[in-house]
Amino acid sequence: MLNLLRTVQLALKSLMLHKLRSGLTMLGIVFGVFSVIAMLAIGEGASQQAQKQVLQLGATNIIVRSVKPPRENASAQNQNSFVLRYGLKRADYDLLSRTIPTVLQAVPIREITKACRYLHREMNCRIVGCTPEYLDMNNLELAQGRFISDKDRREKTNVCVLAAQAAEELFQFNDPIGQSVKIADRRYAVVGITAAREASAAIGGSMSGQEFNKDIYIPLETMRVRMGDLDIDRRQGSFSAEEVELNQITLTISDVDQVVPTAGVIRESLQGTHKSGNDYSVVVPQELLKQAAQIRTIFNVVLGSIAAISLIVGGIGIMNIMLATVTERTREIGIRRALGAKRQDITTQFLTETIVLAGSGGLIGVLLGLSTPWVFDGMKSVATRFFFESGGGSEFSEMFTNLNPQVVPASLPLAFGISVGIGVIFGMYPARSAAQLDPIEALRHE
Amino acid sequence: MSLAAQVIDLQKDYMLGAVPVQALRGVSVDFPRGDFVAIMGSSGSGKSTLLNLLGALDRPTRGKYIVGGRDVSSMTDDELSTIRNEKIGFIFQSYNLIPQYTVLENIEVPLHYRTGYPTIGDREQQRIRELAEMVGLGERLDHRPFQLSGGQQQRVAIARSLVNDPEIILADEPTGNLDSKTEQEIMEMLLRLNREGRTIIMVTHEPAVARLAKRQIYMKDGVVAGEGVFPG
Repeated sequence: MLNLLRTVQLALKSLMLHKLRSGLTMLGIVFGVFSVIAMLAIGEGASQQAQKQVLQLGATNIIVRSVKPPRENASAQNQNSFVLRYGLKRADYDLLSRTIPTVLQAVPIREITKACRYLHREMNCRIVGCTPEYLDMNNLELAQGRFISDKDRREKTNVCVLAAQAAEELFQFNDPIGQSVKIADRRYAVVGITAAREASAAIGGSMSGQEFNKDIYIPLETMRVRMGDLDIDRRQGSFSAEEVELNQITLTISDVDQVVPTAGVIRESLQGTHKSGNDYSVVVPQELLKQAAQIRTIFNVVLGSIAAISLIVGGIGIMNIMLATVTERTREIGIRRALGAKRQDITTQFLTETIVLAGSGGLIGVLLGLSTPWVFDGMKSVATRFFFESGGGSEFSEMFTNLNPQVVPASLPLAFGISVGIGVIFGMYPARSAAQLDPIEALRHE
Repeated sequence: MSLAAQVIDLQKDYMLGAVPVQALRGVSVDFPRGDFVAIMGSSGSGKSTLLNLLGALDRPTRGKYIVGGRDVSSMTDDELSTIRNEKIGFIFQSYNLIPQYTVLENIEVPLHYRTGYPTIGDREQQRIRELAEMVGLGERLDHRPFQLSGGQQQRVAIARSLVNDPEIILADEPTGNLDSKTEQEIMEMLLRLNREGRTIIMVTHEPAVARLAKRQIYMKDGVVAGEGVFPG
């Protein structure tokens, strides 16, 4: 072998002879390496996001949710009524909470979106009728005051707890505690405020995560008495009414290992009471976690192949240029052979040049890759400005803007290694063909 | 009188398309140490083929070529490279410097390919400088070939041919591309090297240049047609 340091030094010298050409050739590898790192970072970010959201649902929880059935089925069932009746019944709650031994606790909730008002300020909030357990079950924390108590339930008092954003928008600079919010023509005294928290994983066939920040919590019993099960929605000439007893039952299971079997039991029990079987869904966060892992694998394979293709294209670019270089420098090869270079020396020389080229491309790509989060932020702001403008907060754009790429440390040496490997693979043929040249022919070459 | 190199009944056949051509048909010449031989002949006479064989760039079809006490005719490609590196210094008509290298780096090239790849240390660097000064380029060590005149480039080539202290120096029309004044300078340099004891084999078709050598060999149709002292 030639003296390594000197060989690299001379390779750099030859490459610097054609700066533009070397630079352009390198670009292919730069982008290839960058995309490997960026894609892995995006995949990692997405999976972390999914995992965090799923964990917020609670690993030992099972969530049973009412789902509005498709229109055709519904009308067939309720031909004589304007009112669409669907979803979980209070009887379901009794059934699930009393008959399944592994269920530690069951929390029923009812949600309706209504306009809420304080003084002249009004906003649409999700009114959640719930029980005291709701707080812990959703990992919510109180910022101020107290949550709904059992006494509130028993006495069906008109109290409410505001989520962070709702409190801020309705009260702004005033202290909400002790004030009252007007919901559907009735006043509710504010007794507490929850701290802001991130949305959790999407459930019940929706892509968007559950947002907790615009909620207003009131006791479930109060809600039943004041608002009833019927929710009438009038807007722009259309009229619809839904009758839902419970929107969601969250069940906490005694043991992590029991979650999946219990989910099976729950599905079976509900099949008995819901013949149509399409007006509720059972969500198991643990299963979501597994799904997320699967999606991540698919994600990585797809993105990985795209990155691999761009690296191969980069490699072909390098090979192309090196073949041209060998032809162009045939004379030089002849001179070196005459001065005593062995075939192996010529191979080493050109291979080194290719590896140096690919390696420097790889290095630049790694540096670019490290900047993925910033690049992605830029993309986000551009995308939000130009593409999601009309959609406002569509589910996809929400998912996109909540995504924070995480550069995987292992991907840096990996991507750099691949770039060097590309140099070796695609440099081998040009280097060998250079070495195979006949010295006499090469010397005569113009 | 010891021999620097010796060829014995050297033959070389080529396939020119489907037609076999005998480029050399039995050449035997002795090159004593300190000799200065001019090989002359018209094109097609086989002098280029002979030079390629003498330069160990090619192997003869038959016959022997002995340089430094070893027979080159049956060596492997790698062994031929070693012979070229250690025993032979090349000077070409078109200088054949490496364009991206400076004067110093060009002189250095043969050192890269020495057996065992020893590091190029201060002693070698010193030798390269001395050689550059000897050929009168002490002021232009960092110039690249395109910044030099033809004569200067050829002097770099001469310095390069000497760096590994070879047995013989092969010069292929060393003054072919130069004007008469520079030609004279280069020839004086070669003559000086010869006086210092170097063996030089030079191919030329200019009688005026050939006359400066100690003896001349005339090639014709792949054999030595005449040998002697000019104007023989």
